[in-house]
Amino acid sequence: MSVLTLTIEGRDVAGQTGHTILQVARENGIAIPTLCHLQGLSDVGACRLCVVEVEGQRKLFPACVTTIDEGMKVTVNSERLAAHRRRIVELLFTERNHICSVCVADRNCELQDLAVEVGLTHFDLPLLSPQAVVDATHERFGIDHNRCVLCTRCVRVCDEIEGAHTWDVMGRGTEARLITDMGIPWGDSNTCTSCGKCVQVCPTGALFEKGRSVAEARRRRPYLPYLVAHEGRTR
Amino acid sequence: MTEAGTPTPARRRRQESLIPAGPVRASAHVCMAAGCLSMQADTVFDSLCERVTARGLTDVAVKRVGCLGLCAAGPLVAVPEMGRMYDHVAAGDDAALDGVVDGLAGGEGGRQTATDPFFSHQVKVVLEHCGQIDPERVEDYVAVGGYESLTKAVTTMTPAEVLGEVSRSGIRGRGGAGYPTGLKWTTVAKTDSPQGKYVVCNGDEGDPGAFMDRSVLESSPQQVLEGMAIAGYAVGANHGYVYVRAEYPLAVKRLTTAIRQAEHAGLLGPRIADTSFGFDVEIRIGAGAFVCGEETALIASIEGGRGTPRPRPPYPAASGLWGKPTLINNVETLASIPAIIGRGAEWYSAIGSGKSLGTKVFALAGSVVNTGLIEVPLGLTLREIVFDIGGGLPGGGKFKAVQTGGPSGGCMPESLLDMSVDYESLAQAGSIMGSGGMIVMDDGTCMVDVAKFFMDFCREESCGKCVPCRVGTTQMYHLLDRITRGLASRDELGELESLAGMVRDTSLCGLGQGSPNPVVSTLRYFRDEYMAHIDDHVCPAGVCKMEPREAALAAGEVAP
Ligand SMILES: Cc1cc2nc3c(=O)[nH]c(=O)nc-3n(C[C@H](O)[C@H](O)[C@H](O)COP(=O)(O)O)c2cc1C
Ligand code: SF4
Ligand code: SF4
Ligand code: SF4
Ligand code: SF4
Ligand code: FES
Ligand code: FES
Repeated sequence: MSVLTLTIEGRDVAGQTGHTILQVARENGIAIPTLCHLQGLSDVGACRLCVVEVEGQRKLFPACVTTIDEGMKVTVNSERLAAHRRRIVELLFTERNHICSVCVADRNCELQDLAVEVGLTHFDLPLLSPQAVVDATHERFGIDHNRCVLCTRCVRVCDEIEGAHTWDVMGRGTEARLITDMGIPWGDSNTCTSCGKCVQVCPTGALFEKGRSVAEARRRRPYLPYLVAHEGRTR
Repeated sequence: MTEAGTPTPARRRRQESLIPAGPVRASAHVCMAAGCLSMQADTVFDSLCERVTARGLTDVAVKRVGCLGLCAAGPLVAVPEMGRMYDHVAAGDDAALDGVVDGLAGGEGGRQTATDPFFSHQVKVVLEHCGQIDPERVEDYVAVGGYESLTKAVTTMTPAEVLGEVSRSGIRGRGGAGYPTGLKWTTVAKTDSPQGKYVVCNGDEGDPGAFMDRSVLESSPQQVLEGMAIAGYAVGANHGYVYVRAEYPLAVKRLTTAIRQAEHAGLLGPRIADTSFGFDVEIRIGAGAFVCGEETALIASIEGGRGTPRPRPPYPAASGLWGKPTLINNVETLASIPAIIGRGAEWYSAIGSGKSLGTKVFALAGSVVNTGLIEVPLGLTLREIVFDIGGGLPGGGKFKAVQTGGPSGGCMPESLLDMSVDYESLAQAGSIMGSGGMIVMDDGTCMVDVAKFFMDFCREESCGKCVPCRVGTTQMYHLLDRITRGLASRDELGELESLAGMVRDTSLCGLGQGSPNPVVSTLRYFRDEYMAHIDDHVCPAGVCKMEPREAALAAGEVAP
């Protein structure tokens, strides 16, 4: 491993080969918004919130999966990036049914936090208002698909940390839905160990612990120690 | 003899070409590719065999061949010795069938391939053997020089020399992006991998209306296998996969036959041409999702996972199938390789123009007289393709636009008809080469409706992994839908344009990144049509049904 030097937001920083832009930025206290990334889980580059500009390249790069190069010049905040990030958060809000006032995650939700972070104050796009269901068949937990942003953190934590691989994604486009096992009710799953890890990592009110009412879901943050042990794995 | 409409008495279908023992004076090549088969080409084949036998023509062959190109005018029969092509030879059409048999005996009739611009303007490299050989007989392929290039490569050339030849030929990937093939091969060759490497042939072909790769696989499968084996030798891989979509059962069947026959003949398998180089090929059948043609999704699909793209790098050349260096090429790219090795890079690079060398196969469709499969040297103008080869618009229709590149491509207006069809010019015009779909549109086409059609395709085919594509294409579709219904405002057009830029910039894979192209290009050349829908509440082409003004105003309040 050798040390590489680069600039992020005009600051000279250093990192090791194989480290991502996101990692180095965060080590240096430079914030980049993320959603699908969760330290300790493999990265999928799916939400696209972390896109940054690299000097000399027309393309944008997702910071969570882009490894650093010597001499790289990274811009994290620009008008274009800010507009794109606002749009992404807006798209997420309009995709499913987010009614914060009746949500278990109200005021404890990363999607809400992101809206504040990117300065999303209103929606220009119409709500898609899909039909989405709630699966409350599990003894202790439930999933409300109306709140799911398909970040697949639950899929990864269940697979990579718990080793159960209960969650998966089925369907295409906006029809894509999380499924338990081969699409059976969560309560009937014979792979789920009821460890609760998926509920812990869910950024929104989609996965919840039963018996908690509106705005009562209190997750233990920062994340559980088992995640940190796997730091730095990328896919 | 069977009459049209009367049920055929149960009898065994002839499965093999009718080849006389002695010298052949003339042969009827009956197209047995999917297009003509769907029009009962197999019955035509049987009838021709019967008639030839009944007339006692003993020096005449009746051959089962692959696609002859004029697919929409099938069933098609060619008599190459006489330079003739017969279209619409329908099963049970006695006059047409007898016409072919007369032709075999030296009579007049049919289209003359030497002077008909549809044929004479084409240059066939990839399609050289399509329609010439029986795709289910390896002997036929060998008889036209098949596998000579592979033998030449493994016995007289080093892998580096093969790489050099492919690089100097200038060929670029025909699967869409046009990445230089020699460069890609060299990268894979340079990557050390003690656990092996793979060659993958991408035959997913999901563009709506495209059938170039299917035709090649159905018509000359050995050529693709030979290209793969040469690639394997050059990059140091001993295993190959052909990924074909499940909707192409005939291509799968013929490939299966081709692999079996080639292995049996010692042309594939261990110790090719008595050298230490071995190469085997397996078929993988895809579920038929458009996104599975994207290389990382294709790899995931072969590995048995859900076919979704992943961020690159790492590129498959560094880490592909099961983490091994993997060369992925399109069917057409690989089918060009035997000719490049056989005749040399100089011969190949003399075809084409500028940085776009060689030939490209297109599926010509839409409002054009000659719809079908064509192969042209790169650098021909759109006008030459549409009006000379395509024969112009049927019934003297008025040309409006030509679309290339499928759901990631764009529409070129009349003012660009003299544009050269090459990678750079197409990109400059806001389209892409794509895999080879080319749709001609007449003035009865609404360009907003066209954009909506492709956006609908993209949102349906979006794998759903990344937010900009998953939700962005759906939102763009709704905006386009509102425009075509006369419900949209100018602000909404602004939203559409802003979304288009954002989806292009931030999507994970080419599907999302390219999905705004049809909108952007139609806005560039046909903006007035959008404005007519929005401001004047009319569809100039008369395609879209406008909703009443009151509804438009009321609907402005509610979500679609
Ligand atoms: C959404 C999407 C669909 C694609 N579909 C195909 C396809 O059907 N066939 C193909 O050869 N390439 C397809 N590609 C391009 C492949 O990812 C890859 O670039 C190509 O197979 C490489 O071969 P080439 O260099 O010979 O063109 C697709 C790309 C994207 C983004
Ligand atoms: S998940 Fe978050 S954004 Fe969605 S309704 Fe609940 S609190 Fe609001
Ligand atoms: S509770 Fe644990 S085992 Fe069950 S689905 Fe969630 S993470 Fe997987
Ligand atoms: S349930 Fe939660 S963690 Fe799982 S994909 Fe949806 S939002 Fe992400
Ligand atoms: S761009 Fe579309 S198809 Fe590609 S990964 Fe994203 S959602 Fe899937
Ligand atoms: S955090 Fe990088 S793409 Fe989601
Ligand atoms: S399918 Fe018969 S000519 Fe193309």
